[in-house]
Amino acid sequence: MRQFLLASPILIPLVATAVTAMLWSRPAAQRRVGLVAATLLFATTLGLLGEVLSGGMVVGQMGNWPAPFGVTLVVDHLSAAMLVITGLMGLAVAVYAMGPRAEERDRAGFQPLFHALLLGVAGAFSTGDLFNLYVWFEVMLIASFGLLVLDRTREQLDGGIRYVMLNLVGTTFFLLAVGLLYGLTGTLNLADMARVAPGVENQGALAAAAVLLLVSFGAKAAVFPLFNWLPASYHTASMPVAAIFAALLTKVGVYAIIRVFTLVFAHDHALFGPLVGAIAMATMVVGVLGAAAHYDIRRILSFHIISQIGYMLVGVALMTPLAIAGSVLYVIHHIVVKANLFLVAGAVRQMGGSFALARLGGLWATAPLLGLLFLIPALSLAGIPPLSGFWGKLVVIRAGLEAEAFLLAGVALAVGLLTLYSMIKIWNEAFWKAAPEPAPAAGWTRAQRLATFAPIVLLCGVTLTIGFWAEPFAAFSIAAAESLLDREGYIAAVLGAQPTRLAEAVP
Amino acid sequence: METALALTIGVLVAAAAYLLLARDLPRALLGFVLLGTGANLAILAAGRVGTMAPPLVASGAEALAAGAANPLPQALVLTAIVIGFGLAAFALVLVMRAHAEFGTACAEDMDEAERPDEVPATARPALAPAAARKEAA
Amino acid sequence: MDASLILRVSAPLLLWVPMAVSVYLLIRGHNAPGGGFVGGLVASAGLVFYAISRGQEAALRAMRLPPASWCGIGLLTALGSGLLAWLDPSAGYLTHRWWFPDISVTLPLGTALVFDIGVYLTVIGTITAMVFALVGEETG
Repeated sequence: MRQFLLASPILIPLVATAVTAMLWSRPAAQRRVGLVAATLLFATTLGLLGEVLSGGMVVGQMGNWPAPFGVTLVVDHLSAAMLVITGLMGLAVAVYAMGPRAEERDRAGFQPLFHALLLGVAGAFSTGDLFNLYVWFEVMLIASFGLLVLDRTREQLDGGIRYVMLNLVGTTFFLLAVGLLYGLTGTLNLADMARVAPGVENQGALAAAAVLLLVSFGAKAAVFPLFNWLPASYHTASMPVAAIFAALLTKVGVYAIIRVFTLVFAHDHALFGPLVGAIAMATMVVGVLGAAAHYDIRRILSFHIISQIGYMLVGVALMTPLAIAGSVLYVIHHIVVKANLFLVAGAVRQMGGSFALARLGGLWATAPLLGLLFLIPALSLAGIPPLSGFWGKLVVIRAGLEAEAFLLAGVALAVGLLTLYSMIKIWNEAFWKAAPEPAPAAGWTRAQRLATFAPIVLLCGVTLTIGFWAEPFAAFSIAAAESLLDREGYIAAVLGAQPTRLAEAVP
Repeated sequence: METALALTIGVLVAAAAYLLLARDLPRALLGFVLLGTGANLAILAAGRVGTMAPPLVASGAEALAAGAANPLPQALVLTAIVIGFGLAAFALVLVMRAHAEFGTACAEDMDEAERPDEVPATARPALAPAAARKEAA
Repeated sequence: MDASLILRVSAPLLLWVPMAVSVYLLIRGHNAPGGGFVGGLVASAGLVFYAISRGQEAALRAMRLPPASWCGIGLLTALGSGLLAWLDPSAGYLTHRWWFPDISVTLPLGTALVFDIGVYLTVIGTITAMVFALVGEETG
């Protein structure tokens, strides 16, 4: 059962990709298959999380080849949480994508690409092998390329080229780092690499490989100064696509940084801690300032993704249990909230006729429910108690203070305030001020409206749950942090008590 | 042999960096292909090079004989080549579409994605002079 | 695209040569260089050649299903080969299973072959989809 649950977050999207591709010329059938697959994915990830909570880390070797020779799948607390969130987002966006313009999107191949994207993300979260991580990154990238330019508009082609070029180079750096690390440690299995890395003679070369990885994952996570591709491309994508990108893509980069730097390069923390800390601060500030300078909802939200990535890196910068717990809690909260804001932006576009704040207005009078559904994630993003963002920020900043990283904590606080400014800006312009011109009729059917609002309400519910009932989520984050810092436990769980010594077998 | 490989990788990466800096997208794409080749060679170099026995376990034996080649880097490189091929093909299609749409393959002439935003009347123009000027013009 | 008369007439015949070679490569991959990926490449080269001589429409008709569907069928086949592993529930996904039917010579059949057939179909689907998208841009 455990083996089945372990493989299913990869198998389900893979089957869904295959089946929806087979049904290429029947979009309606694709949509039904897609919805079933997304529901199944969410259910099995919940099952997997239950398994991790009750029985600890789930480890499996594909094809029964023992680690470190075979393809290893490892799901610990962090991976399980990320998989559940992936499932939740998959479901929310699959429903949302049945809203307006679903037919057009599905004719262009949305469904196979969407499930391929989930496949890549789920694979990246559950693999225990560096090269496989690279492969899953590429699966995710190819799918995201296709999704980004789904409508083939000029805007999308331009944004797509920027996205593609930067990410191509980023993943090639990953490949270079894989080559270097393999040469240095003689293994690609993350657990085995963590075992061997502290004893590697040439620590300088190891650090060089680590920096290459940091650049590659950082480009993926859109950290300073490698973030330019994100605000150039995300806002051009169609809304369900932008929502799933905002939720998952950058977070895979963050996850990879957390995983690799807590596991393989933990012994070199004195070097990477301050570096990541500086990157985190710059990322927070640059993102929030960029958002303050824009007047298009999608672009404001895109810049806020960048700013929030900074908070998630605090864990790696400080490497204390509390800081890592803060990062984990922050990632969980952020994915839900950010995706939801993009979903709301899509609804705003449908009801107000535009994404540009200059053209919007009066939505509070015409759509009060939408206003409320916007305020919940928006205030949560800014960290207003008692919403989920408050707890995330609280833990991160508290960890900063405890580790005496006062500058980091101060920046995090100030950036929170500026986030509030941007959210209030959207509120004032889109919802509060009088409409500059009467909004065109939304022109959607009842079913489309339901498909749009159901996921928004669901995600708002999750945000409120994390906010009002934070205790279990905080406890889970601390458990996740402890398991991340327990490198010996991870190594033993993957390699067994008497590891097969690949590193020694192959010089 | 290793020196030659290292030099080749260096030249490839240097050429790739030069090409990637080009505004002309097909050149940048060639740069990506060269960079990928450099990375693949780096993996190959990481797994020992030289004349070695093929990595086949003799019948009856439990492990490879000493001095056998390391098969893993080749498997990795094969995978990476396939993936790189797919990515390059996709990027090529994208560049061709962009060329058909914009009439140019120069990155500088494509500025659809990052137009300045329309500034709402309620936001003071002084806050965003560049955007306001653009709108007036 | 105006292909020469000779090319157009001989195209259907010439389609069978790469197809046969590709299947040979696919099966040869069992114990020698070859396999699903190379086989798939050769087969798609054949189809692309057919598309050049007879036009894309004809090539798509010859394939019966859209390229994306071939890709899907291939993926499902490869996946299915891994599911057979769970005949023994404790085994990891993709664990090999073998079957040795005795038809005058012992014919070793394994789930690896099924996997390779899946790869073969996926490669055909992917390559033709990509090439047709490119060529479509040229002419359209």
